[in-house]
Amino acid sequence: MAIATEPPKQGFRLSQLLYDTRYRSMTIQVVVMMMFMAFAAWLVDNTITNLAARGKDFNFGFLSVRSGYDIGQRLIAYDSDSTHARAMLVGLLNTLLVSFLGCLLAVAVGVTVGILRLSKNWLVARLMTIYVEVFRNVPVLLWILIFLAVLTEAAPLPNAFKEGGSASMLLFDSIAVTNRYTAVPDPLFSRSLGNIDIGIFLISSDLMALIAVVVAGWYARRLVLRRATAVQNATGERPVTWWKSVALLTLPAVLTLWALGFHLGYPSLQGFNFTGGINVSNAFMALWLALSLYTGAFIAEIVRAGVMAISNGQTEAAYALGLRPGRTMNLVILPQALRVIIPPLISQFLNLTKNSSLAIATGYLDLRGTLGGITLNQTGRELESVLLMMLIYLVLSLMISGVMNIYNASVKLKER
Amino acid sequence: MAEHHTAAFVRTEILPEQAPPVSEAGIIRWMRENLFSGPLNTVLTFVGLFIIYFVLKEYSPWLRHSVWNAGSVGECRDIVTAKYGEGATGACWAIIRDRWNMFMFGFYPRELYWRPTLALGLLIFAAAPVLFSESRLIRMWVLGVVSVFLMVAFPGLDVPNGDTALLAVVLVGMLALAWMRPWSLLWLTAVYPGLAVWMLWGGSAWGPTLAMAGFVIGWLAWLATRSFGTILSVGAAVLAPVLWWLFGMAPVQALLDASLPAAIEGVRSEKFGGFVLAVTIGVAGIVLSLPMGVVLALARRSDMFLIKGLAVGFIEFIRGVPLISLLFVASLLLNYFLPPGTNFDIILRVIIMVTMFAAAYIAEVVRGGLAALPRGQYEAADSLGLDYWKAQRLIILPQALKISIPGIVSTFIGLFKDTTLVVFVGLLDPLKGITDSVRASFEWKGAYWEPYIFVGCIFFIFNFSMSRYSMYLERRLQRDHE
Repeated sequence: MAIATEPPKQGFRLSQLLYDTRYRSMTIQVVVMMMFMAFAAWLVDNTITNLAARGKDFNFGFLSVRSGYDIGQRLIAYDSDSTHARAMLVGLLNTLLVSFLGCLLAVAVGVTVGILRLSKNWLVARLMTIYVEVFRNVPVLLWILIFLAVLTEAAPLPNAFKEGGSASMLLFDSIAVTNRYTAVPDPLFSRSLGNIDIGIFLISSDLMALIAVVVAGWYARRLVLRRATAVQNATGERPVTWWKSVALLTLPAVLTLWALGFHLGYPSLQGFNFTGGINVSNAFMALWLALSLYTGAFIAEIVRAGVMAISNGQTEAAYALGLRPGRTMNLVILPQALRVIIPPLISQFLNLTKNSSLAIATGYLDLRGTLGGITLNQTGRELESVLLMMLIYLVLSLMISGVMNIYNASVKLKER
Repeated sequence: MAEHHTAAFVRTEILPEQAPPVSEAGIIRWMRENLFSGPLNTVLTFVGLFIIYFVLKEYSPWLRHSVWNAGSVGECRDIVTAKYGEGATGACWAIIRDRWNMFMFGFYPRELYWRPTLALGLLIFAAAPVLFSESRLIRMWVLGVVSVFLMVAFPGLDVPNGDTALLAVVLVGMLALAWMRPWSLLWLTAVYPGLAVWMLWGGSAWGPTLAMAGFVIGWLAWLATRSFGTILSVGAAVLAPVLWWLFGMAPVQALLDASLPAAIEGVRSEKFGGFVLAVTIGVAGIVLSLPMGVVLALARRSDMFLIKGLAVGFIEFIRGVPLISLLFVASLLLNYFLPPGTNFDIILRVIIMVTMFAAAYIAEVVRGGLAALPRGQYEAADSLGLDYWKAQRLIILPQALKISIPGIVSTFIGLFKDTTLVVFVGLLDPLKGITDSVRASFEWKGAYWEPYIFVGCIFFIFNFSMSRYSMYLERRLQRDHE
């Protein structure tokens, strides 16, 4: 006869906190939490002591004080009478500008190089390999310095562009690369809609109208394509859509530009300098080109890996189903390759945005140059400036990775 | 049989082999397949050829007219003009030759150049049992080259012949060890961190020795408390060295320095520069960031909410800000965060920041590796009855780290490239700090390209060999049969 032995009933013992797996993780967490709080309190206490010892306080009042310095390149109205906060905003917009344009060029370069590297052409594939390896294995700071040196040392003076001078402009006399700036055409609207004042800065209504029209055209194209698919599903015949889709993508923009009286203001040499176009500083050009080509090399590898990750069988299966090469690419290869490509691609965008803080090497006044540079030095508010700068970069990064997470969730393989 | 005779002609012997048509053999076939297989490819080939031609036409005269011996940029130009006529351009590598020491050592005292050189040589010896444990051939080649390099460099660095001979004996001894029992070199690996710090910064030998002794103390504490269970012994093994470093070390060192002085000439951090600085920061960052990254990755996958939260917060914060802002924190804000009066070394501060930065990235790479492991591995480890640390150490991490090798090595490459950013907190990195200060001298004003090309080539060699090594490692560790 089996005797059921009751387990000995005991109260809670202190040693269970360490040896009983039910409580142990709680103990560890409490200890870690206490250590973390103590560490944080120690840092804050030190900071308060140190601030007091230097006769400083911790406040952001300096942001509303007159800045007193000029910023060469700015997207919004600013002069030396503006506040430090506005200087910070100008810097932030400059950071965003170089990051955005950098991402565009880097993707263009990266996709081209990545596909060419997969080419069966031996020579081209080797050349692209050299480009990728050289750019990836050398610090980006070197590329920034080299591009800056090329532009400031090897480019001609604006003077050299006069009649009979030694230099000539590029692209049908529209772009002039000089040793101080690059003069590019200025987009102008003769029947402009004016600007919208949203309180902090002005937004060009022309640009807004253009974006709205292009987006509307794109949606219209999607509707047309969806209808074509519906017709195909119903009748088996797919209506011809290519001319509709081309027209919907291009015509609205062209018509809007025409309605607004779009024309280019070409730069021309007046005295010692170019006027009539936009003079983009070499600091910006060097940073932009260097960041784009450097990041482009990484993107090329990502694109190559993404395309190679899709097995050949997928293409063959699509052909076996009777899809033509274009539709095979659109419907079979790209959706799968993009799932592999997009996440690392966005993390490259993140890297490019963070690397844009290397503007410090060229003198381009981005967020680091204004808030973390001149403002910091003028006001002597290291703690506030650097913390605020890190916070802004952090928010930017979190926004970009938030977009990535949304995308990842939307393309994730649905497992059941 | 009769059919045989009715045929008009039957070939009885086999035809001799003929060469394939010209267009289907050798170089022509290769070119048809790889360069001119279609209209697009033909165009691409010609574009590529044009690019090569253009680059050669523009830059090869400049390279061919290189000048290696001159005292200034002006002298270089005069030599090129005299040799190749008016208007010719030529590279002036004399700047590298003239300022070689500056690029390599910064303002490190001249008579002590042998110390960083020897530290670099010993680094390879210390790393050999870890990096090249598998292949004796590769190991002996690498170590042989390093030894020859040291033997050639030492007389050039004004080291007395007697000391060079002593070094030769030591090197031969270590080479013999590396040939016969490579694992015994692990002793060098263990003491190398303290040794390298001592050789680079000099000063009392007791400082690095006692700091390294902290690890021994931790080990002893672990041994002593092992019977009380894992968690207590791990706690003791962490706490004891920390207490030692914070409170125990300073008095003991003062005592030892007074009774047994063992100091060599000290070198202050401001004197560091050039590749000595880059390699110091790079190697320290690489060595420290890997364990920290692994711990962070494990913490991020922990079941414990608080641990996971802290790890996520740390990783996302570090990855979300540019390295340059962290370097500003190191140079400007640490004075606020630390107790009044603390003022510790700028290179150490930079190393801490660079390490944290790389560790956050490595944590993400390793997390990817951990996530890529099949769940069965975790379950198998559990069903064997292994506890958490044993399971991680014996089953999970070896596989996860193997998957993560390419990502980890590219993080290391990124770290090494990022060492150039220290110029923005006032250190003399080889790329901008040294180059600017060389170019600030009267003789070398206006030499733009040569220093950049030189420094770029060295970085390329370092990083390219790191990426090739990671490929070799991947092949070596491959266990599946494909």
